[in-house]
Amino acid sequence: MADSKASDREASIPEEAKRLSQLANEIRFSAMSMTNHSGLGHTGGDLSSADILATLFLGGILAVKPDDPRWPQRDRFIMSKGHCSGAFYSTLAFTGFFPRSMLATFMDPLSMLNGHPDRNKLPGIEANTGPLGHGLPIAVGCALAARMRGEDWRTFVLTGDGELQEGSNWEAALTAQQYGLDNLVLIVDRNRIQQGDFTETIIRMDPLAPKWAAFGFAVVEVDGHDHAALLECFSSLPLQRGKPTCIIANTIKGKGVSFAENKPAWHHGVPTKDHLALAAVELGVEVSQ
Amino acid sequence: MSVTSAVPANDSAATRLYDCRDAYSQALEAMAACDPRVCAVVSDSVSSTKLKSFSQKFPARFVNVGIAEQNLVGVGAGLANGGMVPYVCAASCFITARAMEQVKVDLGYSKSNVKLCGMSSGMAYGELGPTHHSIEDLAWTRIIPNLAVVVPADPIETAAAMHYSLEHLGPMFLRISRMPVRAIHGEGFEFKLGKAITLREGHDVTLMANGVMVSRALDAADSLAIRGIQARVLNMSSMSPMDVDAVLHAARTTRGIVTAEEALASGGLGGAVAEILAVHHPAPMRILGVPGVFAPTGSAEFLLQHFGLTAKGIHDAALDLLGEKQ
Repeated sequence: MADSKASDREASIPEEAKRLSQLANEIRFSAMSMTNHSGLGHTGGDLSSADILATLFLGGILAVKPDDPRWPQRDRFIMSKGHCSGAFYSTLAFTGFFPRSMLATFMDPLSMLNGHPDRNKLPGIEANTGPLGHGLPIAVGCALAARMRGEDWRTFVLTGDGELQEGSNWEAALTAQQYGLDNLVLIVDRNRIQQGDFTETIIRMDPLAPKWAAFGFAVVEVDGHDHAALLECFSSLPLQRGKPTCIIANTIKGKGVSFAENKPAWHHGVPTKDHLALAAVELGVEVSQ
Repeated sequence: MSVTSAVPANDSAATRLYDCRDAYSQALEAMAACDPRVCAVVSDSVSSTKLKSFSQKFPARFVNVGIAEQNLVGVGAGLANGGMVPYVCAASCFITARAMEQVKVDLGYSKSNVKLCGMSSGMAYGELGPTHHSIEDLAWTRIIPNLAVVVPADPIETAAAMHYSLEHLGPMFLRISRMPVRAIHGEGFEFKLGKAITLREGHDVTLMANGVMVSRALDAADSLAIRGIQARVLNMSSMSPMDVDAVLHAARTTRGIVTAEEALASGGLGGAVAEILAVHHPAPMRILGVPGVFAPTGSAEFLLQHFGLTAKGIHDAALDLLGEKQ
């Protein structure tokens, strides 16, 4: 029986990865369309994080109930890089937390879709983020709450890499290791670009994995655009009993559209209609007229 | 408004002094014993928050994040997300200033059900100097939407406000002094957020105070009464939301208002009252507090004397407001 299950799994992962790849590209195009609509947004990070978000929410990793968003036993996902709301909102809508039609109101006056997420406005949002370095401390608190309550739900938090320059992350890391929070999963979107330039030019973050290991995390590096690898990684948690997990997802900022890839200017570049047309082709997304 | 009688002056209890931190920590233990959601979070501040006993009785619900105030408040927000009711306790000067963005975003904006307990507020750490004084905290916290701000005056009110906070859904900042204070409120006192507490009736002038200044305002009313001036005394422990009706009633039915707070004279109690009056019913005011300076070094009592934050200071301000000779 075990063998047959293993072979089923091997057969299904490439198929699932292909499905998630397509969904991630649709999230990418959705986020770019939202930024085109609002004239504001963070294209580069939306595109680098889309595969991680798609795998977590649409790949069955997170235990969440879109029709019962405050289900007490849900896994918590905290989008610490709240500026990548285009990709995050699109993912939540694709998961069924709210209608996709609402995405068209991104940053409109009085819209529920603020530039940065507001948990009191939209279902599926666990924390109000935007200022960097807030997500990991909150995630540590969530993980402590699950432990105090004797519950087995998990907490995931996605940060940027430039974001890790905020000291509050390292304060939270110390707490996570002190309490051995193996129900906590930190994912770093390691796209190597922050607002002003490449991270290594502004403030060197390398070697990043040893930093987290030194702070008591079990660390793994993964290709943040390889859905099969992400699925495999997310299915093997915790990496080590008694330790919080850190997944460094190596990504490309602006991933998927040639004009934005690995270009600091696209941190908050706003795509034009022409950009969208080209992106649709490169992402393999059908655009409804 | 509820009227509460002060403890009789000839009662020995009236001369006994209390550290409100004892009332707060005892209340927290009682609440934790009844409600499994109650937990405490500190930043290496076990002794200054008087939570050693709590940590021994409820070790699984006690978190020490180390010297890390931003993380401290964020962890509190996460605990609340997970269904706990965290009491996040640290020195008021650090829990507000050092973690201000977390207080704003993770608590106020997010409406997280977190209770901040700011210990040793005001100039309680007098000798340690302005780094450890917390005289800005009222101005900083009271303007944050959704954040309730409470400054209890005595141990009875401290305990009552603690129990109230557990029923209150949303973030709250409780400013708890370590300066010895006498008991003011009677047994059976019930705390109500957003309500001023009338400790003494009077129709000549209104004295409004919070925290350690309340007993001084009562003493000032006593000395004013000797001169035939009847002062109303309001305990304005609920800084936010503020009892607008009580403020306007005072402006309409007495000749003016004197506020007294162990905080900067800008932005705190006096500022809040002035905002209400300026818009709805301008009235003469005197605002007693620390006048826009960092306080020098000295004991808490010395510093209160230094800035005229005394019964005599309130008395004299009332006379000045009324145009009477001292």
